[in-house]
Amino acid sequence: MNGYWPFDNFWAHFAIFAVAIIAFVLLMVMVFIWFERRAFGPFQMRWGPNRASPWGALQPVADAIKVLLKEDIVPAVADKWVHFVAPIIGFLPVLLIFAVVPFHNGEGLIPDMNIGILYVVAISALSVVGVFMAGWGSGNKYSLLGGMRVIAQMVSYEVPLVLSIISVVLVSGSLSMNDIVAAQEIPFFVLMPLGFLIFLIAAMAEINRGPFDLLEADSEIVAGFHIEYSGMKFAMFYLAEYGHALAMSAIAATLFFGGWKGPGSEYIGFLWFLFKVLFIFFLLIWARVTFPRLRVDHLMGFGWKFLFPLALINVFIVAAEVIAWGEIPWWGIFINLPATFILIYLWSRLFKFGGGRVEVEA
Amino acid sequence: MKLKLEGSGLGLAKGLTMTFRHLFRPRITTQYPDQRLTLSKRFRGYTLVWDKERCTGCGTCAKSCLQGNIEIVTSKGTENNYVVEKFELDSGRCIFCGLCVESCPYDALFLGMEYERSSYRRGELVLPKVRLEFTPDKQRSAYARPKLEAGLPRQTLLIEGSVGSKKSRKSKKR
Repeated sequence: MNGYWPFDNFWAHFAIFAVAIIAFVLLMVMVFIWFERRAFGPFQMRWGPNRASPWGALQPVADAIKVLLKEDIVPAVADKWVHFVAPIIGFLPVLLIFAVVPFHNGEGLIPDMNIGILYVVAISALSVVGVFMAGWGSGNKYSLLGGMRVIAQMVSYEVPLVLSIISVVLVSGSLSMNDIVAAQEIPFFVLMPLGFLIFLIAAMAEINRGPFDLLEADSEIVAGFHIEYSGMKFAMFYLAEYGHALAMSAIAATLFFGGWKGPGSEYIGFLWFLFKVLFIFFLLIWARVTFPRLRVDHLMGFGWKFLFPLALINVFIVAAEVIAWGEIPWWGIFINLPATFILIYLWSRLFKFGGGRVEVEA
Repeated sequence: MKLKLEGSGLGLAKGLTMTFRHLFRPRITTQYPDQRLTLSKRFRGYTLVWDKERCTGCGTCAKSCLQGNIEIVTSKGTENNYVVEKFELDSGRCIFCGLCVESCPYDALFLGMEYERSSYRRGELVLPKVRLEFTPDKQRSAYARPKLEAGLPRQTLLIEGSVGSKKSRKSKKR
């Protein structure tokens, strides 16, 4: 916002934040892995990792050391270069996303980039290329199946994801992440619950987690795209998966929860941001631990027949409200919240999964 | 017309609340080396307990053993009896069937309650007389020895304070 912190020189700023972001992503991925495993414990009435240091806090470190020391195996039939490059291409876009995330008021690598959220949408879709390369390059039928699935899934869920982002952009009137945060006097998830819900579900599908983890479905296609990976390359995919989850949590926190905004001193903005990121990740864990995996045709049906029309209607409602009042006033909650429930109810009446099973009415 | 809420995400919400409630339930895991469950009274442990006082050295246990795991060597005693020189059990080959215990005519042999029997060498699994001898601190299983049952603690299937254990059930009643 006000020059380039801390030296008023872009390249110094760039170097510092590039290192800081890489450190932040790696550290937060470790925290996320630990947090997910510790949260899975009580959800399933067990403890989770608790042997490596108090509360098992060093478990991800132990895992990292283990995975570093493992042998790197390349299958004989693999497409060697594609197999080698895939994990890097899978992980790189995740790091790139954080370039535009405002960690604090106007602090980040380029938080006030004027096309911020567009950039995020463009970049985050790239990591699927890495996944597909892994699926192809491994020379394994299961990994290829996983790769094909992830393409189909990405194409279908990118649409509702972007549409729900559009509703945010409509209200805030800016594509810059920092301006979107600044525009949130009331967090947007209160003002447009439907948009937030669609974003969250589409994000879950986008990062291939929870009920949408079809590409690595253990029980169907063994481990999907990373079946032929071991050692550090596998760790890169693991890193990419959790890094993407972190990125999506950060974007959801920025778009719908008001990023660094929060009560208290203006200096604790970063802590608010972290807290919101962890909260959204908790929602992701919660969904993952609760819901069983979707079938492939159900996944497609859910994306195209349910989320897509609802996202369109949501954009329409928000656009109408913005035209009428210029922004969504606080009492817009009383319109949007009932609208959310009514729309979901109505659409569930219209919405039928096709094929596979014929129900005969008795 | 009554609203049919089924199939409109209500089930998903129900599932979410159920898993959320699980967060506050006590854990059912037994943290094994720190917490241990009380074993069944008739547990067939990985060892035998041999009562030196009662054993006459008749060798019935060795004869009844299907594997021939028990090696017993006796010598003549002073007052018309046998002195057991060597009583060895190869617990690495033992299948813990308990036939030796059942066949002992003098109630001198018991199954033990120990179950931690991993070792680095197979030779360590051959238990000599001193390791098998009955001492008051050694627990004997009530397998084929029903009289011992009264003195043994009740079996627990869950650790204290966890779901369904005695303590939590009592506290629910209150």
